[in-house]
Amino acid sequence: MQLCDLTIHQLKSLLEKKEATAEEILDSCLVRIQAVEPKVRAFITVLEDSAREIARAIDKQGNYQGLAGIPYGLKDVFCTRGVKTTCASRMLENFVPNYDATAVSRLIEAGAVMVGKLNMDEFAMGSSTEHSAFFPTHNPWDYNRVPGGSSGGSAAAVAAGEIPFSLGSDTGGSVRQPAAYCGVVGIKPTYGRISRWGVIAYASSLDQVGVLTRDVADCALVLKTISGYDPLDSTSINIEVPNYPDSLQDDIRGLKIAYPREYFQQGVDEQVKAAVMQALKTYESLGAVVDEVSLPHSEYALPAYYLVANAEASANLAKYDGVRYGLRDFSAENVVDMFSQSRAQGFGPEVKRRIMLGTYALSAGYYEAYYLKALKVRRLLKNDFDQVFENFDVIAAPTTPTVAFKIGEQVGDPLTLYMNDILTVPVNMAGLPGMSIPCGFADGMPIGLQLIGKPFAESTIIKAAYAFEQATSFHLAKPALGVK
Amino acid sequence: MALTIAEVEHVALLARLSLSQEEKEQMAEQLGAILEYADRLKMVNTEDIEPLDNILPISNVFREDVVENSPERDEMLANAPMAEDGQYKVPKIL
Amino acid sequence: MKKYDYEIVIGLEVHVELKTNTKIFCGCPNSFGAEPNTNVCPICAGFPGMLPVLNKRAVEFAIRAGLALNCEIASYCKFDRKNYFYPDLPKAYQISQYDLPICANGYLDIYVDGQSKRIGIVRAHLEEDAGKLVHQGSITETAFSLVDLNRSGVPLLEIVSQPDMRSAAEARQYLEKLRSTMLFAGVSDCKMQEGSLRCDANVSVRPWGEKELGVRTEIKNLNSFRALEKAIEYEARRHMDLLDDDEVIERETRTWDEEKQVTRSMRSKEEAHDYRYFPEPDLPPLVIDPEWVKSIAQSMPELPDQAQRRLMDEYGLPPYDVAIITSTPQYLAYFDQCVAEYPQPKTVANWMMGELNKYLNQGNMDIAECLIKPGQLAGLLQMVDDGSISGKMAKDIFAEMFASGKDAPTIVKEKGLAQISDQDTLMRIIEEVLQSNPKVVADYRGGKQKAAGFLVGQVMKATKGQANPALVNQLIDKCLSAE
Repeated sequence: MQLCDLTIHQLKSLLEKKEATAEEILDSCLVRIQAVEPKVRAFITVLEDSAREIARAIDKQGNYQGLAGIPYGLKDVFCTRGVKTTCASRMLENFVPNYDATAVSRLIEAGAVMVGKLNMDEFAMGSSTEHSAFFPTHNPWDYNRVPGGSSGGSAAAVAAGEIPFSLGSDTGGSVRQPAAYCGVVGIKPTYGRISRWGVIAYASSLDQVGVLTRDVADCALVLKTISGYDPLDSTSINIEVPNYPDSLQDDIRGLKIAYPREYFQQGVDEQVKAAVMQALKTYESLGAVVDEVSLPHSEYALPAYYLVANAEASANLAKYDGVRYGLRDFSAENVVDMFSQSRAQGFGPEVKRRIMLGTYALSAGYYEAYYLKALKVRRLLKNDFDQVFENFDVIAAPTTPTVAFKIGEQVGDPLTLYMNDILTVPVNMAGLPGMSIPCGFADGMPIGLQLIGKPFAESTIIKAAYAFEQATSFHLAKPALGVK
Repeated sequence: MALTIAEVEHVALLARLSLSQEEKEQMAEQLGAILEYADRLKMVNTEDIEPLDNILPISNVFREDVVENSPERDEMLANAPMAEDGQYKVPKIL
Repeated sequence: MKKYDYEIVIGLEVHVELKTNTKIFCGCPNSFGAEPNTNVCPICAGFPGMLPVLNKRAVEFAIRAGLALNCEIASYCKFDRKNYFYPDLPKAYQISQYDLPICANGYLDIYVDGQSKRIGIVRAHLEEDAGKLVHQGSITETAFSLVDLNRSGVPLLEIVSQPDMRSAAEARQYLEKLRSTMLFAGVSDCKMQEGSLRCDANVSVRPWGEKELGVRTEIKNLNSFRALEKAIEYEARRHMDLLDDDEVIERETRTWDEEKQVTRSMRSKEEAHDYRYFPEPDLPPLVIDPEWVKSIAQSMPELPDQAQRRLMDEYGLPPYDVAIITSTPQYLAYFDQCVAEYPQPKTVANWMMGELNKYLNQGNMDIAECLIKPGQLAGLLQMVDDGSISGKMAKDIFAEMFASGKDAPTIVKEKGLAQISDQDTLMRIIEEVLQSNPKVVADYRGGKQKAAGFLVGQVMKATKGQANPALVNQLIDKCLSAE
């Protein structure tokens, strides 16, 4: 076992006992990165020099509080001052922000060591990281398979031992789905829990920062570090952030867990279903009360999601016009052509598709039938959840209908690709906290158990996740990697 | 039902995306399929349902009217594809 | 060929920049005239990942403006995105208010031919301003434009009137009243030349008696009150001519060409505007507590309507004078201070509308820059009243005061301009004049009453105009009739 394979809390204990230095940990990560990157390709940018500088400074100081000395990576959707932030798009290939995202600033303050920027689907639009404008990322459990997306680089890098944790963003499942595909822990907290400031927007009413780690304890620690009100984000809520590590208790007797029957229906793989059902049995054996419920509007979540998300995206991505930053077509002789050609060259096909769909859904004559209708369905989806949460503490379901698919398998068929998100998008539509933890394997590929909580009840799902983790060993399994 | 090429062109103009003929045809078909899928929302009865445009139970989030220093102009122009005299430079408007 | 008598129908859309310290969604300074792109940050330049946070004072100013415009203040409102591409619009959407504006259903009263007329206000909503696009060199030859974002994100209130105006003069009156109302409310500088007050006019015409509105055109780029009037007159005439010739008026946006004094069509490549408004997800809604509105109402300064009523009721000034004196709070304050020391309001009003305005306009100056303080004007008028100077002399002294800022008595003293009202001195001069003009004296005595005028003129000439003319008249009359 190398340092880079350890969890944050294991590394912290070594640092505090002076049995390892931040630089040694970083070195271990860098060695792993060098070894596996040719196969995994999780990183867009590796920042060896600046990471080493920070690690050394922390070692010099000798204070290992918070996340001091712990390496991490950022999905390339987070703006980083002085560091190229691409969103995996040709559009922003050379964009260097003069500001750090708030979540990043909090990690910097906590002493964490940024190792690099991670691959993703372009502008967070996709479920496989094949829509990166640069290269696809590979699943460490099977290099022929996708790591999921859009935070595919974030999940793959953690799974492959390149970094102990990473940040992602989750608009319709983009943290939980890759976490499930790569066998790691991923949480998307309640909308409003973590500042979105400096996170390049896909769909503003759905986007939320997420955390990917190797176990639940690490997840609680990182979540605590980056959560909380930010005066720069009007939608970050000004309420107290609980100390999530306090929720790491394995006594869940009496916890009421619901499983929605709609999440086990058509399209959900039998092995996935079986693993999740087994997880529910585990919960029962731990003293939780488990019962079936209905979320009747579930089947409408996905179409409603695609209309809302892409309508917002069509506006959010309009700023990429080649004027102040980003790619420009210099051959255009007038401004309209400059806009249209720059955008045509800067965006990949999936981004164009979603901009077109969103523009259409908002355009005169279609606004009510599509966009407004979707917002009404969104209300119904939220009502469904509210009703279940009157009687239950947690909703449990598969994170994804299947395990990770083969690279190239779903390219060219947007609708099939969208189905990957069918079990995760309702959570974003309702603004709820959701988490994926490993709960089994099918054909050697990890399966994710999704735990959904009431608004701002991250503590409850962390507690449920921790209890399951203590009772099982799925989180300890590691991919073979096939390298020295 | 696929969109017509004219519809695709109209939306592409609104979105300022110049598309090749091939892209237009593909877009017409794919958007048509996605919209057909979205049409299943019509089956949902949403009478008397208020659209949900605010997921958070908050209102009146303000900042005080206090000046903060703007960054150096060079910083704000550093990413510009073209700049001149401290300004962003663009082709003329038609 | 002229077929009908027409009625002109005008509605105005006015943009007022709110004079907050900072922009509406970021902390950059809201100030005019800075070097390009020096009041710009990633938020107002629309950089990736940036989010807006609403300036509280902008909302307070909007409420205050709404109250001053007699509007209802919404208890709930929200922001929306208005989507369109333009190089000076950094996010390619403008944060505005679509279906739920902060203010609605207001009005302003104007005076038309001495009668009060009420102009309805449909709504007033908050939004952010765009940047500025400057063309390099001549607009026809240049290949490039430059973008300055200093103005991007400055808070605007867009005030939309009902189509209640029936002439260019009414439109001008409404805009003037709107301006003075915003100035008194203290929410904007309303400087048209700096763009802090901007106006678009919707113009249509219809045959007299017709109920349906005609096809309207929108005129942009109206940079002065005069341009507003001229453009409306031109555009209405154009509509009438088209209708007379059985031609179709196209619903379109036109621009005012100041140089050629015509309106021109602004054809854009985008066939139809489709702004695709939708609720701004980055900003929670506004819930406006009636208590908040009440406290703003209580702190409202005197508004033009109240001031006008006061001037008419207390001083009996005519509406025309009152409208001018209440055009800006500074102007009214000047009047009030002057009247406090020289309690003859009509005389003060005449001087302000006459001499004072003449010199201010000549110097293109604001009353705040005027060197004559209200108390000094009062002093000058006092000297006319007590006969120390004549009205004619007062005007010359005023010019001197305007240039130097000196008191009237100082100037009179320095230049030896005091009026001669001393009877003995005047009698000596009159006697000399009578002696040297025996023929005129004889004429007068022969019944030619007009001859006296010549004699008075001679006395004035001999005293370089300093003689008190009324007294001279009286004395000459006395001398001639005595014998």
